[in-house]
Amino acid sequence: MIDLVAIVEYAPAIGRGLLVTIEICTVSLFLGLLLGLAVALLGRLPWPPLRWLIRTYVEIWRGTPLLLQLFILYYGGPSIGFLPSAYQAGVLGMTLYTGAYLAEIFRAGFEAVPPGQIEAARMLGFTKLKIVRHIELPQMLALIVPPATNQMISIIKESAVLSVITVPEVTFTTTRIVSETFAVVEPYLLLGLAYWCVTTAVACGSRRIERKLVRA
Amino acid sequence: MLDFSAVIAQLPRMAAGAQTTIWISAAALLCGAALGLLMCAARLSRNPFLRVLAAAFVSLFRGLPLLVVLLILFYVPSSFGIETTPLTAALLGLTLNTAGYQTEIYRAGFLTIPPGHTEAARMLGFSRLQIARHILLPQIFRVTIPALTNEAVDVVKSSGLLSIIAVTELLRISQQIVSSTYRPLETYLVCGAFYFLMSTAVSWLGRSLARHLTPRPA
Repeated sequence: MIDLVAIVEYAPAIGRGLLVTIEICTVSLFLGLLLGLAVALLGRLPWPPLRWLIRTYVEIWRGTPLLLQLFILYYGGPSIGFLPSAYQAGVLGMTLYTGAYLAEIFRAGFEAVPPGQIEAARMLGFTKLKIVRHIELPQMLALIVPPATNQMISIIKESAVLSVITVPEVTFTTTRIVSETFAVVEPYLLLGLAYWCVTTAVACGSRRIERKLVRA
Repeated sequence: MLDFSAVIAQLPRMAAGAQTTIWISAAALLCGAALGLLMCAARLSRNPFLRVLAAAFVSLFRGLPLLVVLLILFYVPSSFGIETTPLTAALLGLTLNTAGYQTEIYRAGFLTIPPGHTEAARMLGFSRLQIARHILLPQIFRVTIPALTNEAVDVVKSSGLLSIIAVTELLRISQQIVSSTYRPLETYLVCGAFYFLMSTAVSWLGRSLARHLTPRPA
């Protein structure tokens, strides 16, 4: 029923697709981390319009499906003269999406730093920038490892929807194999296995980092 | 530049699509709650076989993208001669996906209950079913409302993926509207407004339920 020869035959193509998935996720996670951190830091400035703007960004991007956001960029962009390639739309869409989630995670991390420490640092003559750099950031970064890795896993899984706007990642590669060869079971089994291995590996890796941080 | 008139004419169709989104999400969440509670009980049971089964279930459905689960449920059975309708595959896929997450949510909730509660109830002669029904479930439900609210928002958002296997929910209807009006930006923006309203409403409901159920200091 399950054709082992077929599995061997499709594995290289699916492997190449998986590399594209990993590449896109790494790039958009990295950019999303920068964006999320910038947004979280800007949100702490005592300027209400900026805070209101940031809230709107976070709520809207977290409150709508990624697939729809990709449709707006890729199919809606051209109506206002913005013509991204599928790959560009994918990276941009995933960055904005994951940036909104990470901004929330960073914000919660900042709030978890006890205010007494910040008051003490101020008493000791630390400047605002130094407080952020030496007191808040290091503690916040340790606190956010578990939620941030969860976010990483969920963005790897969400990246499957990039296939719908024809980004040549692993789900797209697999659905093309299915439509070209009419083999259904083997390619999809491989696809499921590929995702499961990647997400499980990330989950295990994050647990080890967490244990190390807790001990440190 | 932006012209919403063609899309506004289609608002009733989008509202109907949003209705489908709501009922499919609600059905998946409820079935997922039942399955998730069962899996949580299995995960915490003394039977090692049940424990491994539940752990595998959670690992599988939390480790796979919903899109891949849907593609497998929709295309693989038919190659074995079992015909599935898009709606069956959709409901099953969404249910299994949320059940995986809900299992972990309930387990985390269970672990917050002091073991003394169960011991005291056993001393008072409660049966195991009575303990689950009157001591554990109400407390688990109360502490997990915030996490369940997030999960409900996630389900509403992920239900957009059902468009790919041709379930005529909000996103699918929007795609159909795009192909007849050639107004992708306007249509998808309005579609986004619908999703945003729905997820905001779900968060608001969850927050007020949590407030309502949290005991106030007397």
